[in-house]
Amino acid sequence: MINWMKYRFVYLLISVIVIGSGVFSIAKWGFKIGIDFTGGIVMEYKFPDGNTKVFNYSPMEKEKSDKIRQNLKESGGVEIRFENIGPSIGPELIKKTVIALCISASLILFWIAYQFKSFKFGISATLATLHDSLVLLGSFSLLGHFFGAEIDFLFVTAMLTILSFSVHDTIVVYDRIRESQNKFIGNIYELANKALNETMVRSLNNSFTIIFMLAALILMGGETVKWFSVALLIGTISGTYSSPFVAVSILVTWDNLQKKFKKP
Amino acid sequence: MFRTPIKKLILISILALGCLYISIPSKFSLIGKEFNRPNLDIKIANTTIKRNFDMRFGLDLAGGSHLVFEADTSKIAADKKKTAIEGVRDVIERRVNLFGISEPTVQTSTFEGKDRIVVELPGIKDTNEAITLIGKTAQLIFFEIKDIPATKTSSASAIPVATTLTGADLQSAQVVFDSQNGKPAIALKFTKQGGDKFAEITGKNIGRVLPIVLDGQMISAPRVQAKIVGGDAQITGNFTIEEAKALSVQLNAGALPIPINLVEERTVGATLGAESIQKSIIAGVVGIVIVCIFMVVSYGFLGLVADFGLIIFGLITLALYKLIPVTLTLPGIAGFMLSIGMAVDSNILIFERFKEEKLKRNYSDALEISFGRAWDSIRDANFATIITALILINPLGWTFLPMSGPVRGFGITLLLGIFISLFTGIFVSRNLLRVFVKDGKNKK
Repeated sequence: MINWMKYRFVYLLISVIVIGSGVFSIAKWGFKIGIDFTGGIVMEYKFPDGNTKVFNYSPMEKEKSDKIRQNLKESGGVEIRFENIGPSIGPELIKKTVIALCISASLILFWIAYQFKSFKFGISATLATLHDSLVLLGSFSLLGHFFGAEIDFLFVTAMLTILSFSVHDTIVVYDRIRESQNKFIGNIYELANKALNETMVRSLNNSFTIIFMLAALILMGGETVKWFSVALLIGTISGTYSSPFVAVSILVTWDNLQKKFKKP
Repeated sequence: MFRTPIKKLILISILALGCLYISIPSKFSLIGKEFNRPNLDIKIANTTIKRNFDMRFGLDLAGGSHLVFEADTSKIAADKKKTAIEGVRDVIERRVNLFGISEPTVQTSTFEGKDRIVVELPGIKDTNEAITLIGKTAQLIFFEIKDIPATKTSSASAIPVATTLTGADLQSAQVVFDSQNGKPAIALKFTKQGGDKFAEITGKNIGRVLPIVLDGQMISAPRVQAKIVGGDAQITGNFTIEEAKALSVQLNAGALPIPINLVEERTVGATLGAESIQKSIIAGVVGIVIVCIFMVVSYGFLGLVADFGLIIFGLITLALYKLIPVTLTLPGIAGFMLSIGMAVDSNILIFERFKEEKLKRNYSDALEISFGRAWDSIRDANFATIITALILINPLGWTFLPMSGPVRGFGITLLLGIFISLFTGIFVSRNLLRVFVKDGKNKK
């Protein structure tokens, strides 16, 4: 049996470094925000020589954009995509997304707290999902700076999905702790170690299957869903890591602190 | 009935075959032969059941336009806003239906006092024409000229004054050709009330001009020759045939009660959509094959059973997409692929448990216990995903949550994936194993 929990501060340190570099990138470079949020025009044209070209514009009058489209058409281009988003749509979307994130996170928190009869479990799991959201945001700031990945509508969807995936994994570990609690006497530290030993292979195997599907999508699924799949992939990896190493580490640390203060 | 595992397996096989039938495309070639799958067309007594099992694709895959208009409700009293917006929606719906494209949708959405109308036009060719036609307010008003007697400061003049006769009094409008010059014109037929008004107005204005104004622009000003009774009239402007047609569409559909502005447009060409479908299918097949190989490598025979469950999962999912029907979008496909990854998860959970349990007891007992114990984790874990999927779908249409098509499509495929994977990952593979593991025990 591996004593996973012995190194819990190492895991937390790794997370702090990863999130730290993400936060640094956000502070320095920010995000590359797509037209879903800023408003503007994206058009993609296919030209007779077989090349496709993407044009980006900031918001403009319809007459102007029509003129550009007309010009492109006359030079032999075939329009394969045209998106014109008004500037008023973005702020509304951000608001709605934040509401959706909050509702979903708090519902999950209460569900776990109810199932495991302890807010300690619920809050640790929620902190782990917060960890994954931060990792995802940070990596997209970096990917945006170096590779032009944009924060768009689909990114938001990916974020919500990762939230549930991360919790999915955490619950599986928690479930093992709960099961052992009924059978064995021991503190959470020992039970957590036992649970991690029992679930580690499953956790990795499950992530592999999801990673295979996402990798196939990234490599072969076409341009439109590429960054969406990348976001899901980062989330999956972070979610797999955060369940045993963040959620359970926090749970154990919390439990230890609580005991220290109870028995002075 | 269906108590023993073998009988359950037969039931599962029938289900799988039924789903296979629905899942396959209506036309396909295999080993150089062309096959046709007939659609459902059964006659029972007097009722015919007709269903075609074609996959429905969203705008991003089939090509088409997604348009969002914002209604200008600033001049409308708060209590009349709702009726006005609904009026706008109805009018747009009628106009859109005249394009003759299949399954257009027109929906309203309200957020923080902004009223929007979302129009989806799958497979439309000329989006600009559609935008113009949808956005025209088409307020038709008949004016009359009133004389103003001379005063000390100004000489006698005449100003046009709006009458009560408007587009609302129209029964129908139709493109005709003027009998005198052969130019396109629009024949108007008024309602009974409108006809009476028209008779009164023409009676009052014999020998005078009667300006006809559409959206603030005068389109013609015919001179009244005689009082017209019966409720028929004709507008002759300088129309081209296209203009006359568009105008008659607008007049027939009715006037927009309030002006609207285009705030969002997304158009996807049909070629990009077809390419996306092709790529997604390839990515999906490759992904599934890798997952299947991985399962066999990791769990041997058990993995093979899981793969079988996965294939049934795929068949049921595709069949349900067609039956419900789920409009498949690109994010929806991603949701489907993600749910495949999650579908294997229940099996992995059970098999890992089985590895532990089989050290303690005999094969088939260990199997039953693994399924039983793993269920708690599977239930709790999937419940969290169900919560998220429901928030993404937003089934009650709460306006404070995101409500866009792509996000919703993703949520729907994810939710369906969870439920079907619970069925295949547990019911199907459990019964498969029950049948085969008995032999495994005997061999030992």
